[in-house]
Amino acid sequence: MATLKPETPEQVVEAVTWAVAEETPLEVIGRGSKRTLGRPAQVGNGLDLSSLSGITLYEPEELVISARAGTPMAEIEAALTAKNQMLAFEPSDLGPLLGGAPGMGSIGGALACNLAGPRRIKAGAARDHFLGAHSVSGRGEVFKTGGRVVKNVTGYDLCKLLAGSYGTLGAMTDVTVKALPAPEKTRTVLLFGLDDAAASRAMTRAMQSAHEVSGAAHLPAGLTTGSAVSYVAKAGGAVTAIRVEGPGPSVEHRAAALRRELADLAETEELHSMNSAKLWAELRDVGPLAAEPAHLVWKISVPPASGAGVAARIAHGHDARYFFDWGGGLIWLALPASDAPAFEGRHAAVRAALKDCGGHATLIRAPEDLRAQVPVFQPQDPGNAALTKRVKDSFDPRRVLNPGRMYAGV
Amino acid sequence: MRMPDPDLAVLGRRAEIAAALGRIVPGEGVIAEVDELKAYESDGLTAYRQLPMIAVLPETTDQVSQILKYCQENGVKVVPRGAGTSLSGGALPLADGILLAMGKFNRILEVDLDNRCAVVQPGVTNLGVTKAVEHAGFYYAPDPSSQIACTIGGNVAENSGGVHCLKYGLTTNNLLGLEAVLIDGTVLRIGGKHLDSEAYDMLGLLTGSEGLLAVVTEVTVRLLKKPETARALLFGFPTSEQAGDCVAAIIGAGIIPGGMEMMDKPAIHAAEAFVNAGYPLDVEALLIVELDGPHVEVDYLVAQITEIATANGVLTSRVSTNEEERLNFWAGRKAAFPAVGRISPDYYCMDGTIPRHKLPLVLRRMREMSEKYALRVANVFHAGDGNLHPLILYDANEPGELERAEDFGSDILKLCVEVGGVLTGEHGVGVEKRDLMGTMFTEADLNQQQRVKCAFDPASLLNPGKMFPELHRCAELGRMHIHGGKMPFPDLPRF
Repeated sequence: MATLKPETPEQVVEAVTWAVAEETPLEVIGRGSKRTLGRPAQVGNGLDLSSLSGITLYEPEELVISARAGTPMAEIEAALTAKNQMLAFEPSDLGPLLGGAPGMGSIGGALACNLAGPRRIKAGAARDHFLGAHSVSGRGEVFKTGGRVVKNVTGYDLCKLLAGSYGTLGAMTDVTVKALPAPEKTRTVLLFGLDDAAASRAMTRAMQSAHEVSGAAHLPAGLTTGSAVSYVAKAGGAVTAIRVEGPGPSVEHRAAALRRELADLAETEELHSMNSAKLWAELRDVGPLAAEPAHLVWKISVPPASGAGVAARIAHGHDARYFFDWGGGLIWLALPASDAPAFEGRHAAVRAALKDCGGHATLIRAPEDLRAQVPVFQPQDPGNAALTKRVKDSFDPRRVLNPGRMYAGV
Repeated sequence: MRMPDPDLAVLGRRAEIAAALGRIVPGEGVIAEVDELKAYESDGLTAYRQLPMIAVLPETTDQVSQILKYCQENGVKVVPRGAGTSLSGGALPLADGILLAMGKFNRILEVDLDNRCAVVQPGVTNLGVTKAVEHAGFYYAPDPSSQIACTIGGNVAENSGGVHCLKYGLTTNNLLGLEAVLIDGTVLRIGGKHLDSEAYDMLGLLTGSEGLLAVVTEVTVRLLKKPETARALLFGFPTSEQAGDCVAAIIGAGIIPGGMEMMDKPAIHAAEAFVNAGYPLDVEALLIVELDGPHVEVDYLVAQITEIATANGVLTSRVSTNEEERLNFWAGRKAAFPAVGRISPDYYCMDGTIPRHKLPLVLRRMREMSEKYALRVANVFHAGDGNLHPLILYDANEPGELERAEDFGSDILKLCVEVGGVLTGEHGVGVEKRDLMGTMFTEADLNQQQRVKCAFDPASLLNPGKMFPELHRCAELGRMHIHGGKMPFPDLPRF
């Protein structure tokens, strides 16, 4: 297997055109930090976009930043931080969870996987901040979608399709995303000792308030001890965390109000900006589950009020460890590694737990053989599956871009 | 504006098609009388009119599915319509097409406050969603100025914005789920009450697809809690440059206001004459900034922004001290379109977006164009996100004026693209900007978009003649030329 490492968009075109002619599929990667996420694809050669690197435009007052798709996230984040801005979708760094080093991802990879951290509930996911792109389709043609302004409805929003397409629709070469001001101050209200159901009620109450909560997570007992924040590590039980961000006086006001409004449920404590940043980075990067590399990790998105019930159903009879983000709507869940038949049973339990409430479950971390054994992404109904194939056809009729990474035949 | 040639064979089968649709939607669900069809002959872009062949008003998803399947099997074109408030001609009927009017889908199906969402039918009005949840202190954030009339289904089709979208996002950022019907009758459920999609983001693709990909029959929207309070600031500047600098400085200071609107002198004068909002008349630019949130935050930011405005040479500065004053500040801006309608027999509303720092240049060039075309122009502007709404004043009864207004409008939109912006920020392409798509996109860009259309609607029966300047056949678009196979750039490192 050869890996092609183009240095210009024209060379990406050349590479894809060659792959089409040779009928040899390409594994499209940015910087490779999430290569083990998805179905093991049958690919002949690699298309490494990491040489397409560098910020090409950054206008803080216009709230936009453009970069070559392979630009390291670390470089983007450093540029934004220098101007007191951020990517508001708070992309997770999944590197450590997937067994790699931290800080290795690219902006193109963050978009292609539609990453989103705890702030998803307030600010949206990568999809909501993805303004424009140049990509090379599986036909070997460059196409542009979107623009470099924050408000644009000209033509179909193909950025939405590219976000979360795992490189199966286009090899992105240049991307533009929204940059937003970083909050002046952050406070986190901690609630101690709640069980999952009570924590769900607490997070729902916080989310229903006017306090513009920008993070609502719950760590059940047993998942708190590894935290670098001592209030969490030494809690001696479950910790529920509610975050508010914004101008100083507002944040203080809202944190105090939340403590008052949740005081009937549990003992509370408050983290200031520095500790808050530490805690939410741990939650964002799935830190509480990263420590056991042998465990299989699922990411499950459900209606927030259903989260506790779904987790309980999966955990019943299985030795699951899990925590909640997105006000209960995101469950990060780890199951011990097992032989193939037991794995089938656990997979079935995860899928069955979503039947009534809807949602989707993705197997984020598992050995290659297990990712080949069961669907990694949520199985689709026949109508959606057929449409997904037709959309893939419209970008990549010869199946040269990451074929099979999401679904067989796509 | 040229629409696709009517299919005479289809027109000849009109009675038969009406009868078939009548079997799917019994009772009074099919309209074939010319008098009654008149109600549908245009949308908010009133310069274009066309009677549909037949209008059909389904009440259930199953009926929509049967209608679309029938149309696909019989090669009949379909134009979906919500309330018909589109400003780009998105719901303009076709002579040989049926108009699918979704007005009877007008029920709120579920309000789920624990999950902060509501499930509604597409014919519910934008404001109707907020009305259904405001008793509990919630609201639906996107607020297009037609929100009393426009429907959620139309909002999805156009990805509608509003004055608050800088902070709260467009329609696409406020949806969780859809039920949509494809032209072959397939009913798709996409998303739900959870976040993000399980495969390709069809929810995001359908939002803003202008009725060309599918017909939406149910929408799950996100709800937000109403902010504790809101206050507005009214600033008058001696030049539009200074007003623009003030906007840049506010954002540069890390503040994203709930709304930030600018008006130029002609718009200020028209609005003031109409509603007496107390706007200063001796300024070149007016800026309205709205802040929402807890009292303590709003007061804190009011002080900061007032300081920024002062540093940027503000001439007049007022802060609302109560709700009545706040609404009064907005009254002129919200009435800007009808106010311009009072000083001119007709006006043409444009909708380009530009990188904000290009505003002085764009305003200057617009003044030159105004002289060239001998037509007045008034500007209202979503200042935070660079979305311009130039209103071109004309008189349709004067020979040639409509054409001049349209040419003027095209020149403005081309200018928006030239300075790095886009053709439309929130009104959509429709028929209005269809023929300008080539100024922003290459043929390859547009072909890729049309291939996506082919994945949904291979015979191009859903809302054809909108968005794309040229319709290609899907077979032609799908063809691929394979170029022979040398390993590319052999001198590059491999691993």
